[in-house]
Amino acid sequence: MIDVSAPPVLALRGVSKRFGAVQALTDVHLEIHPGEVVALVGDNGAGKSTLVKTIAGVHPIDEGAIEWKGRRTEIHKPHDSQQLGIATVYQDLALCDNLDVVANLFLGSELRRAGVIDEVAMEKRAQELLDTLSIRIPSVRIPVASLSGGQRQVVAIARALVGDPEVVILDEPTAALGVEQTAQVLDLVERLRERGLGVILISHNMADVKAVADTVAVLRLGRNNGVFPVRTTSHEDIIAAITGATDNAVTRRQARTTEAGR
Amino acid sequence: MSHTAQKGTGGAGTGAGADAAGAAASSGAIDPRLLVREQGLKGYLTEFKRKIRGGELGSIPVVLGLIVIGIVFQSLDDSFLSAGSLSNISVYIAGQGIMAVGIVFVLLLGEIDLSVGSVAGVGAAIWAVLGVTGSLGDGTAVLLAVAAGAAIGAVHGFFFAKVGVPAFVVTLAGFLGWSGFQIWLMGSEGTINTPSGSIVEDLTNFYFEDVAAAYGLACAAVVLYCLAMLRDSRRRRAAGLLSRPMSEILLRTAVLGIIAFVCAYQLNQSRGLPLALVIFLAVLVTADFVVRRTTYGRQIFAVGGNAEAARRAGINVEKIRITVFMIAGLLAAFGGLFIASQSGGASKSLGAGNVLMSVIAAAVIGGTSLFGGRGKIWSALLGMLVIQSIQQGLNLLGMASEIQYMITGAVLLAAVVIDSVSRRTQKSAGRT
Repeated sequence: MIDVSAPPVLALRGVSKRFGAVQALTDVHLEIHPGEVVALVGDNGAGKSTLVKTIAGVHPIDEGAIEWKGRRTEIHKPHDSQQLGIATVYQDLALCDNLDVVANLFLGSELRRAGVIDEVAMEKRAQELLDTLSIRIPSVRIPVASLSGGQRQVVAIARALVGDPEVVILDEPTAALGVEQTAQVLDLVERLRERGLGVILISHNMADVKAVADTVAVLRLGRNNGVFPVRTTSHEDIIAAITGATDNAVTRRQARTTEAGR
Repeated sequence: MSHTAQKGTGGAGTGAGADAAGAAASSGAIDPRLLVREQGLKGYLTEFKRKIRGGELGSIPVVLGLIVIGIVFQSLDDSFLSAGSLSNISVYIAGQGIMAVGIVFVLLLGEIDLSVGSVAGVGAAIWAVLGVTGSLGDGTAVLLAVAAGAAIGAVHGFFFAKVGVPAFVVTLAGFLGWSGFQIWLMGSEGTINTPSGSIVEDLTNFYFEDVAAAYGLACAAVVLYCLAMLRDSRRRRAAGLLSRPMSEILLRTAVLGIIAFVCAYQLNQSRGLPLALVIFLAVLVTADFVVRRTTYGRQIFAVGGNAEAARRAGINVEKIRITVFMIAGLLAAFGGLFIASQSGGASKSLGAGNVLMSVIAAAVIGGTSLFGGRGKIWSALLGMLVIQSIQQGLNLLGMASEIQYMITGAVLLAAVVIDSVSRRTQKSAGRT
């Protein structure tokens, strides 16, 4: 389904990030192809959020390279990332409760006509966008405060799509949602893939990952701990990579002896 | 395999409704919770009822309040609704009303400005010292006074937005500091009277006596309002969106028309159309346009609703905060000139006393939320009308000012209670 031989739209090559004395990321590699959903999993503190923030431009990388469509690029601030075509949906939804759905979708990039906000054009485009994503909300003109958690999440994701990005990063999109709402969000993730977008999905929930992801990239203690195709990898293998179950006394001794041998 | 299973649940999900409330999902094809408004007046009424139930009261309480005030005072003293009395109210609301517009801006941001009274005093003092006792021209002095207000606002904004001091504290310091500055400016003079024929004297003492002025303004307002609605409605229809039904447009135009022409008639019965009212309305219309129709206004609401979300959307939060405090300072100084005009000159105590509280109360009584992100510019007008009507009515009845304070205090409390309760209702009515 995914042409892996094609150049990835976004690639991280040997990325490292340090906060003072803490080495948050060490030599991390990651590739995202168009129309691919890459699940980024790992235990708490594994560096998932840090990795996402380096891509989003919140924390610039210290070492390594970021490639966009095969070309090396620099991301120093959030604006750089957005400029490339990377949209990030954060865990704590960045929506303004007091504004209606249309205003939230276009916040920061309002359509204007002769310097005045063009509500008609914005509402029309909002309606179209929500329709193509099969998102159903009571009305595009009610404040976001009156939407349910799932509806707010899909609005937040739709908001990321207003700028026509090529890569969408979803940070724990289903963390606080019920069963039905989670299903809605996962549906939406599939629709993003159908539209040919690259999706990075951070999740703690293995069921979600198995349901929608094509590839699972595991981070452990700030390092790559395997990239698996979802279809052919068992649940247990992924869990093992996350928890480091392969990391037992025997392997540790081996690692020490090889290191000492050098 | 997991793929198809997922599709299945998803399909059911979208078919059943917009969220997880399973109980309502059994209703079949049309989700009853979808707020599709029916065309026509009936749809408008249903929408209206839904909003009331959802706690979106808007201007309804304050309009009802005004009606009650009118009935009560008119029954106690039948000169309350006389032309002269109404004409006075329309002039007296201008100064504090313009200051209240500035406060609405700050409240939309979710902040408070306690310094507006002192800044009004400083504005008037600067004008008087430069323009009356000094050698500067009248117009230049007025401009400098207003610019000084904006500069003071910029200082408050800087300490709030860049340094991170809470706006409450910054403007409390401003409240004390600027009132000291005002007294220092006035020096030994104590009061500086408004010279006759000056701009500031005209602010509240000039009337367009020609009856055509008031009627012309009323007419222009109604026609422009109606045309704007028709144009918007046509564009929305062309874009295939839900538009206002013709009946609603006519109803709104009729209501505005009646109010405008009754006011114009009453003003003409007295001294004509006051310049103060014209300026106040101009400030209101401009501010309302900025807040509702420009990107800048949208950004104010966004910062007031969720500053972090606004920042992530690429909005320069600090710039918005500083400029909003500048607007509040500018309008406060401008309002100060009206108060000087009304009281016959600048003084050491201009803007002191209950001016600050009346102005903040006006914005809140008018329906602007103290919690940020919700409100309308027009609440400055409505709230000011309430406060000034009560004051005027109690004056007519010969009540002492202590009674006025107590009643205004009670009205303010009522307004804040309505705000808090409607906010809670909105929350519980929301999340279905």
